[in-house]
Amino acid sequence: MRRSPTPNRRHVLAGAAAAATVVAAPAVVRAQAKAIKLAVLLPRSGYLAPAGQSCHRGALIAPKVLADFGYQVDLVHVDIESNPDVARTQCERVINDGAQGVIGAFDSASTLAMAQVCEQRQVPLVVNIGAAPQLTEQGYKFLVRNFPTGGQLVTNGLKLIKDLIGATHIDPKTAVFLHANDTFGTSQRQAMDKIFPNAGLPFRLLESIAYDPKAQDLSVEVTKIRALNPNLLLVVTRAADAIKLVRDMVRQHFEPMGIISPGSPGLYDEEFYQALGPLADYPIYNIPWANPKGHMSQALEAAFKPANPKFRFAVECFNVGFTFEALLIAADGFKRAGTTHGPELMQAIRATNIADHVMIGPPITFDAKGQNVGIPSAAVQNRGRTPTVVLPAAVATMTPVLPMPGWQGRT
Amino acid sequence: MIELWRGLEPRARGLIAMLLVALAAAPLAVDRYLISVLTLVLYFAYVGQAWNLMMGYAGQLSLGHALYVGLGAYVAALLWVHFGIGPWLGVFAAVLLAMVFGAVVGWLGFRFGVEGVYFALLTIAAAEFTRIAFDNIGFTGGSGGLFLPYQQERLGEWWNLRGGQLLFYYVALALAAAGVVVAAKLSRSRLGYQWLAVREDEIAARSLGINAFRAKMTAVLVSSGMTAVGGVFYAFYYNNLFPAQVFDIERSIELILGPIVGGLGTVFGPVVGAFILTPLGEGLIALTSRLGIDAPGAKAVFYGLTLIAIICARPNGVWPWLARVLGLKERSP
Amino acid sequence: MIWSIYLGVVVQGVLTGLVYGLMALGLSVIFGVVRVVNFAHGEFAVVAMYAAFLLFHTLGLDPLVTMLPIAATFFLVGFLLQATLINSFVGRSEHEQFILLVGIAIVILNGLLMLFGPDARPANLPYAFDSYAVGPLFIDKVRIYSAVAALAIAATLFCFFRYTATGTAIRACADNLTGAAVVGLNVKRLYAITFGVGLACVGAAGALMVTIADAAPTLGPAYTLLAFIIVIVGGLGSMAGALVGGVLIGVSEALAGFIIQPSMKSMFSFALLIAVLVLRPRGLLGRRA
Repeated sequence: MRRSPTPNRRHVLAGAAAAATVVAAPAVVRAQAKAIKLAVLLPRSGYLAPAGQSCHRGALIAPKVLADFGYQVDLVHVDIESNPDVARTQCERVINDGAQGVIGAFDSASTLAMAQVCEQRQVPLVVNIGAAPQLTEQGYKFLVRNFPTGGQLVTNGLKLIKDLIGATHIDPKTAVFLHANDTFGTSQRQAMDKIFPNAGLPFRLLESIAYDPKAQDLSVEVTKIRALNPNLLLVVTRAADAIKLVRDMVRQHFEPMGIISPGSPGLYDEEFYQALGPLADYPIYNIPWANPKGHMSQALEAAFKPANPKFRFAVECFNVGFTFEALLIAADGFKRAGTTHGPELMQAIRATNIADHVMIGPPITFDAKGQNVGIPSAAVQNRGRTPTVVLPAAVATMTPVLPMPGWQGRT
Repeated sequence: MIELWRGLEPRARGLIAMLLVALAAAPLAVDRYLISVLTLVLYFAYVGQAWNLMMGYAGQLSLGHALYVGLGAYVAALLWVHFGIGPWLGVFAAVLLAMVFGAVVGWLGFRFGVEGVYFALLTIAAAEFTRIAFDNIGFTGGSGGLFLPYQQERLGEWWNLRGGQLLFYYVALALAAAGVVVAAKLSRSRLGYQWLAVREDEIAARSLGINAFRAKMTAVLVSSGMTAVGGVFYAFYYNNLFPAQVFDIERSIELILGPIVGGLGTVFGPVVGAFILTPLGEGLIALTSRLGIDAPGAKAVFYGLTLIAIICARPNGVWPWLARVLGLKERSP
Repeated sequence: MIWSIYLGVVVQGVLTGLVYGLMALGLSVIFGVVRVVNFAHGEFAVVAMYAAFLLFHTLGLDPLVTMLPIAATFFLVGFLLQATLINSFVGRSEHEQFILLVGIAIVILNGLLMLFGPDARPANLPYAFDSYAVGPLFIDKVRIYSAVAALAIAATLFCFFRYTATGTAIRACADNLTGAAVVGLNVKRLYAITFGVGLACVGAAGALMVTIADAAPTLGPAYTLLAFIIVIVGGLGSMAGALVGGVLIGVSEALAGFIIQPSMKSMFSFALLIAVLVLRPRGLLGRRA
């Protein structure tokens, strides 16, 4: 139940206000006595490399930002090569080398391989990103996940679509749902099949189309969608696919009222903006997002910029933010537990309640299964080739625009 | 098996005994990380051996062996998750289904005279076809995956393969050893010699009265069945299955590297190959991190270069050369 | 009008299939003559994609133009590669060739990852988003251009093999190796030339492919598999077969994706491959071995 006393820590570190120093000093001395050693396992090569490397950039700047907020961490970075065999052996290795907590791993298969090791070694595993519902259903005691499940993403995403319709006064009657036939896409599809009928949305779902993520192009899929002529196109894609999708839509002159993702990556990767230019604007994706008005995310952005001149925080904040939060959770648990011994540390982590964090939403807490059920989604729209939060209004920096303008004549 | 042991020269017996004792006692001496690596090595030694029977002895190049791993894994996992049937029973169903698929692939290939690279492509097509099929079948979890629950209360049930690291290590060791014994027995059996004859010159073999079709089919059936057992192990070791992971062509390629590098058609080739390649991969990870090379992909580049070097330097595999160096004579094909 | 939708799908399939056919043509030449199973074929195509991307990105040159110098470079690379490393593997067993080329593929794929990073790189051609409206159909400009270029290259190759002395000599090696050696052809040199020609095809195809797909390191294995499927379906040793195979696979995948579920469209190609392997192993246009 602690609030992280950010202003006080800042003053201490800047060497001002003796009174504040005196007040905070005992706490500082006690908790900052040592650092916790954390291992960050991410797929930085192999087919998940783009996402893994993005998360990695977040992990690299985390120690300094965490220190500014009063947490000392000592990080070890491992590339698990998008391969669960490697994830498993490397997890054993880092724990051997003294890691007291593990963060990872984006890929559900690798995460589960690591979960078994962490369970046997009694080392906490904090999942930064991973939407397969089963991660917190399998019964692992040493795993917590600070990321919504596929079902939560879809529920929140659909709710935001309703809000979007209300805010922009469009009147869609039909929609088509297009998703990649991979782990993430399928979990979204299963969630859609279950949740959409009861979501109370004013439009009809004409069809759900699964495409092969290894496909070289999506022209056939776009032709199929064009034949159905829906008002809205709901998509769950990855970056490379999203580019192909929009390109083929432009070439086939298909202009729905909006392209909305109920909760997936793809529409906000840098390659998407570079490939499409002004045509990248106006799709909306409803996913958890970094709070543009929160001071921890602003601190994170300030650290990100000089370290990564070639990358934009506005584009990477999803991967960077969640990876940072996972480290924050582990560090915060360590601070409260006062020990790196597995079972006590895990207990402290399960009791997490962090009000001041990066992503939009209420304080970070975990339920009995280790799942954070309170992560809301925000509606983020591409504007000026930059992801911009448009809903909820409290954290928005712009108002949503729908229907999206036609493809021709954009600048 | 006794005759096999008697048939070895004393040197060989000594070395094998030493190796077995070392592996059995390893958990006492090495840490958990190395045990996990050894478990992988032994797993690959086993499935590599299974593949080796089909390729090294019967001469049929299969590049889609992940198909049998996957089938074995899914059958056993499905029986466990949906019906509570443990792997000691499930393995029979797993082996059976894998053999059926193997029989189909074999029949399509051999009946219609599909050979060499074409046969290899047939096996790839079969594996890919099955992968996409499993991606779209809801009952097996589709591309969303099939998960075995982690039930702490059942952890001691070794017969259901629920247990800690050591359980799986010894199961893998038993499998690898069994694989070697099976390979040794078969290679010295009548069937084994028929395989060799067919591999070397099928027409001549036929003219001697050997039923080539039957010999090749047997090779496929034995190989696919054995591989399926590896799949059952895999399912219970990792507790989650995704078609894109399990049936992937990269997995098929991965499991044949060991036998080829170690030495095709030899009993110890797959074992040696596994002992070289898996630690090589892990070692390269440690090396690149020690050297501070933070370039994802660097390890794989070294790995690829090593493969090229090995196949250029020792095209028949490392084991025949190693056996010579150790002064052993494999009673070889 | 529903037929126009189907026609559109078929047309796009044909156009894309021609470019993939060109890539497969390279494999057909290499495999059909030199008899090396080039499991790194797709990786070479991806290298060409990156080369074309780089030239576009830095110098602003259209891949349709840079296709030629890239093909020429790849010819040299292929010639040297064959003469040095691969020659010793000719005639060796398939699994040895396999390991060599898998090793090469791994090195190329991860080398590209290290050099360019994992993100897909598009060549943002000014006409990338344009299409011709032909009646009720929309035909992408990039697909038309690249298909025409693919046909032009294939035609050039055809003339080379039919009407030049070297080309005829290469065909002789493919038909009857012993006979070719007996009549005094320098087989080693011809092999090197053939490998060079095969890789030149791949180079040109890769440059064209970057106009319709984005360059990414992990595309290699899928392209290798695609090339093999096309070559087998179309018929080994037949150039027209590679193009026809490419078109057939392109169209059938497109239609299968349209009619059934797009996520299953590859299943159709694999089923087709199995059917061809079993029922007509020489392929549609291949000669009897």
